[in-house]
Order: sequence, then structure tokens, then C-alpha cells
Amino acid sequence: MANRITLEVTRYNPAHDEKPRFESYEVPLRKEWVILDALNYVKDHLDGSLSFRWSCRMGVCGSCGMTVNGVPKLTCATFLTDYAPGPVRVEPMRNFPVLRDLVVDTSDFLVKLGKSKPWIIRKVEKPLDEEYFQTPEQLDEYKQFSMCINCMLCYAACPVYGLDPLFSGPAAIALAQRYNLDSRDEGASERMDILSQHDGIWGCTFVGECTKVCPKHVDPAGAIQQYKLTATMEWLKALVLPRGTGGE
Amino acid sequence: MINPTEYLPRTYQARVSTYWWLKRWAYLKFILREASSVFVAWFVVVTLLQVRAIASGPAAYAASQEWLRSPFILALNVVSFLFVLFHAITWFNLAPKAMAVRVGGKRLPNLAISGPQYIAWAVISAGVAWILLRG
Repeated sequence: MANRITLEVTRYNPAHDEKPRFESYEVPLRKEWVILDALNYVKDHLDGSLSFRWSCRMGVCGSCGMTVNGVPKLTCATFLTDYAPGPVRVEPMRNFPVLRDLVVDTSDFLVKLGKSKPWIIRKVEKPLDEEYFQTPEQLDEYKQFSMCINCMLCYAACPVYGLDPLFSGPAAIALAQRYNLDSRDEGASERMDILSQHDGIWGCTFVGECTKVCPKHVDPAGAIQQYKLTATMEWLKALVLPRGTGGE
Repeated sequence: MINPTEYLPRTYQARVSTYWWLKRWAYLKFILREASSVFVAWFVVVTLLQVRAIASGPAAYAASQEWLRSPFILALNVVSFLFVLFHAITWFNLAPKAMAVRVGGKRLPNLAISGPQYIAWAVISAGVAWILLRG
């Protein structure tokens, strides 16, 4: 095995670049190194001006999402040796505006996430000294969707989001579903009003790539299709029983 | 609401290429799956034309059989058949994603949702083949 590998990294400085360009760096190819280690090597030894986001380097914080050889990846969980002999192309996440080098502007996602109300909504809150009990079966209903780390790889993989920036997107809908399925939550109808719109669940054409690239196996595509089923049933119920459904 | 990027110099937003669906096999597969619905519709049209021919008498039916034997229609129907197969298989495989059925607190495995669909498909196909081929 050759002991070096070439990284082709996107560089973009908004102060003087019209558009991004690639720069090549040769880095050591080590068995235990992930792409993020190679980027840190570049920053420490070759070019200190390279900008990228990272924090936990263990697949928890969701900061280091990038495009590696065309595929959205968490760079802390993507081994260099899988791309030997190289070169490896590292680009910023697709579908987001690039701020600098590998750093993208994620504000659009954060606004959409807020709109899907990803928190427990109660009609009447219990007093602080009372607990909300939940059985393991009730936890199991939503647990998969609660594993989302907001890394936005699903947005980078979603061609619908790329073509229609108004689309709520995979993670925001999966997280809405996470709270809808929580036995302690009473906010499903509030979220339904927002997410059953055209730019919500019905924007999804079920390409399914969001689920494939998800590093936490959240299955946002599944969440959206299940939500479509729920929304259709609610619509049918309202059609057959115009009164007395109340949405809950 | 304050736009958090308002005071930054500028950002670069890449345009999505018209040919984005050629960039990855998974995207191309999705487009083929969507396009397969056109061939499903074509088979519906062929069936309706055959029903009309039967209703119009033996001469019209013979003419429609002749039309179905023409090389162009044969080739089109072979391609359509492959697309309809692709449509059916991808549909059955995706169905478990949309249906999270829980029995006794546990979610049914994917095979429990797609399996019965495959079995129903095989049984109905065998029934149709029996009607057509028994003589």
C-alpha cells in the first residue's frame, strides 16, 4: 500500500474567488485515518487557511458533513484507505450556499427545523414534580427518528431540495414525525398543518437517497412516506366525517 | 427576522445541472422508476384497445392481433414489459418503508409487508397464465 494519498479539496474565498476551485494536497495514508484527520493534517502542516467545520470527530455532533467523491459523508466516519490509491475529492455539502472552502451556510435548514416544531407540545403541562411515564414499546415507536444528529447529509443527497429550496426536507420532517409518534406529545395537528402542505411531505418524490446517506440510520424517507399515509387518512376521515374529528 | 448571512461578503450557490439524474446510479434508477409509469399506462391502453376489438367482432379482433404482431409494437411491448416488471418490483420493495405496521409492540419486518405482495403477484400471474394457456 502506497503511504501517501492525494486529496483534491474545494477552495473558495468569497473575497476574491468568482467560484470554487480545487487544490491538491498529498497527505499520509494511514490505516486509522479518516478524511477529517487528513483535512486536519492539511490545516496543521500544509495550508493553515483551509476552512472546514468539525467538532466531536465521533459521529455525534453532525458538523463535519462533506461530499466525498460525490457522496455525502460524515468525514469523521469515512476512512481514507477506502479510497486508496486516490485521489479523493472532498467538496462542501451540495445544495447549500458555500461560505468558504468546505463551510456551508445551514441557516435555511435551521429555519425549517424550527417550523416543524421538534419539541414536545402539551395542551396542559403537568406540574414540574410530576413525571411523564413511557413504556419501552412507546419509546421504540419514535426512537429511530430521534437518532438524527442534524448533520444535513440528507439535504445534500436530496435532489428535490436541490431543485426546490422551499421543500421542508428530510430531517425536518423526520424530526416532526419523531415528536408526533411520542406518547407524551399532543402537537400532531399543529405540525400537520405545516407539513401537509405542498412544500412539506408532498414535495417528496421518494428518491430515497436521504435514507441511504444517513449515518445514524434514521430513515427520513420512511418517515415522510409514513407521514403521507397519516395525512391521507386524516384527509379521508375529514371527508367522511366532516364533524367530530378535531384532528386528534 | 435577522438574516444571519446578511453581513457576510457573499456565498457561492452551485446550480443544479439539468442532467443531475445522470450523475449517480441511484438517481438514474429513481428517474427510470418514475418513467416506468408511462409504460404502465401504455399497457392499460393496449388492454383497452383489445377489449374494444373483442367487442367489435372477430374481424376487428383479428386485425388487432395482427397489429400486436408487428415488429415495432412487439419491440415496444418487450421494453414496456421490462419497465412494468421494474415498476412492480421497486413498488413492492418500497412499500415496507411507507407502512410501519406494529404487532405486539414490535414493528413487522420488511419481508412481512413485501412478501405477501410478491405471493399475491405470483398467484394472480399463475391464474392468468392458466386461463390463457389451458387451450
